[in-house]
Amino acid sequence: MHSPAPLSDPFGLSDSALFYIDGSFSQNCKGSACPKPAMRRNAPRRPLQGALYRYEKHESGEPKPAMRFLSNLVTGLGLGSVYAIIALGYTMVYGIAKMLNFAHGDVIMVGAYVAFFAFTRFGMPMPAGVLLAVVCCTVLGVVVERLAYKPLRQASSLSVLITAIGVSYFLQNAAQLLWSASPKMFPPIISTGVLKIGGLSIAYLTLLTIATCIIVMICLTLFINRTKTGSAMRACSEDKDAARLMGINVNQIISLTFAIGSGLAAIAAVLLCANYPTVTPTLGSMPGIKAFTAAVFGGIGSIPGALLGGLLLGIIEILSKAYISTQLSDVIVFGVLIVILLVKPTGLLGKKLSEKV
Amino acid sequence: MENKKGILGYLLNNRHRSRTISYTMVAAAYILLEILLKTGNLSNLFTGLLVPATCYLVAAIGLNLNVGVSGELNLGQAGFMAVGAFSGVCVSGVLAGTVPPVLRLILAIIIGMLLTAFVGFLIGIPVLKLQGDYLAIVTLAFGQIVMNLIMNLYVAFDSTGIKFSFVESKFTLGEGGKYLINGPMGATGTERIANFTAGTILVIFALVVVYNLIYSRSGRAIMAARDNRIAAESIGINIAKTKMMAFVISAALAGAAGALYGLNYSTMVASKFDYNTSILILVYVVLGGLGNFNGTLIATVILFLLPQLLRGLQDYRMLIYAVVLILIMLITNNEFLRTKAASLRKKKA
Repeated sequence: MHSPAPLSDPFGLSDSALFYIDGSFSQNCKGSACPKPAMRRNAPRRPLQGALYRYEKHESGEPKPAMRFLSNLVTGLGLGSVYAIIALGYTMVYGIAKMLNFAHGDVIMVGAYVAFFAFTRFGMPMPAGVLLAVVCCTVLGVVVERLAYKPLRQASSLSVLITAIGVSYFLQNAAQLLWSASPKMFPPIISTGVLKIGGLSIAYLTLLTIATCIIVMICLTLFINRTKTGSAMRACSEDKDAARLMGINVNQIISLTFAIGSGLAAIAAVLLCANYPTVTPTLGSMPGIKAFTAAVFGGIGSIPGALLGGLLLGIIEILSKAYISTQLSDVIVFGVLIVILLVKPTGLLGKKLSEKV
Repeated sequence: MENKKGILGYLLNNRHRSRTISYTMVAAAYILLEILLKTGNLSNLFTGLLVPATCYLVAAIGLNLNVGVSGELNLGQAGFMAVGAFSGVCVSGVLAGTVPPVLRLILAIIIGMLLTAFVGFLIGIPVLKLQGDYLAIVTLAFGQIVMNLIMNLYVAFDSTGIKFSFVESKFTLGEGGKYLINGPMGATGTERIANFTAGTILVIFALVVVYNLIYSRSGRAIMAARDNRIAAESIGINIAKTKMMAFVISAALAGAAGALYGLNYSTMVASKFDYNTSILILVYVVLGGLGNFNGTLIATVILFLLPQLLRGLQDYRMLIYAVVLILIMLITNNEFLRTKAASLRKKKA
């Protein structure tokens, strides 16, 4: 977590920020060769816009344990919603194109930059900026699919994997050239206030994140199950050749899948950056890996699985950060993944579900 | 060995041709580079790249055994390198001053290798129960776990012995005590005892191990298990055992590579061994050709040097590297070019 370049991933940053808030910063810093002073300089000193740790700043001392737990749970749901939206992109592409799209995390990064410039440089209102990011990412996803993945339809899955890694490198380095590696501060997208229910206070941003996730899930489920295109998608995921015989344009369906996945990545990007307001060219890689983990967790190829996996992963991550150890939260997250896969080798909802997309 | 005619016949016979080519390539490269080094014709930049290049070669040879020969996609090779690197650094740190550098390097590599093999065995037990993409993601998860654990590991050494601690460092060190691994700061103040000769010997060692394995009964069993699990099982091959053998040897080679790598730098942080490094090694293996160790040697050297050769292009070099990577994949998988190449090969034969 304490990489020498703390700006490399948003979660690393949020960790260091947590040190200031809950006071464990000084406790953790006893050794003679303490690395943290360097981090202290690099870490953002401004107050966290991110709502995910807002509860820590309670004015009147420590909140009650039960409230603290609930608050952590809601925070975890917020983070999990972001993971779930990203995981949907992974799982849909895997279900239909049978490929691990390693470049998905970098589409998130592009979406974050587009939204950032839309909000700051062009002063667009929130919905317009989000829409612009969605459009840009959708176009990017389709173009990448056409240029890099489509010629490899018949190739081995490892070749496609390496190509996806190449695309990921390309996007990261292109972003670095275009927008420089220095981190940019994402503006707040909605009011930073909190909703108080009893003793529990929930940031509006967390509510927005969870609500967005629910809406996205409902729309996607309806689309997959109720429309003609949706059933074509399901057909493709089950048997491409049979789908082709039924007159389905498989190439078009795959393009559409990439378009939807990338559009969702843009939405996830805005939510992610609203919660962790630092935009860098490598912003997408860690959430990308975590969301990929979430997709596998829930059973890759399954849409409800992606939602379940994402939410669980977010909750586990926040709870282990709050109660066990900030530094070891990744160890716990990945450890749980391994345990789950050993018990259910195809993920939580992997095999039972027939409607794989 | 039906048509064995002396030692030359043995070396050039079909079964051993690739092995001979590998050894020749490594030896030739070593002699050439040593001449350049001795005559001072090698720039500082390239001199510094020699040892890391051999480390990546060894790790890639190990990974090719796992991905190419055994057919299991492993995205956590860097985690094994990390284990080797930090155990090697610790061994060297503890023995500093009492054991001469050459022996210390050998001991560090051997202990790093054995420890990594053990870790590989432990990780292999759950990992090899899975298949396909699920196996890949679990190796990735293990790689991240190992990296994160080492990032929170504190190891110190003084006259009373070695001290370990986790997450928080709270040692009171006696006279002459020092930190070997200092949590997120990693290993600092390591004596740089790795050298190119040791690296080359390690590459040869890795090749000997791998070639002897794949041309043996066990190696054929590993490949049979890759090609058809059920058929292999039906003729009495113990799938779990063969897969585990490939996995552990692959991990051990990565550990040896890591130990050499760790002893080539005075500071080493665990975040160096994140999944990007694993993927980098995987790229070498896939571009070199699965199961083709000569290909691995060539691809690793070219791809390792490519970003350095493109240094003149400054900021654009990684962008070009990415484009080259995509283009290689597109060209090698192009239907038209493939059929052309196949027909050319036919004409030759």
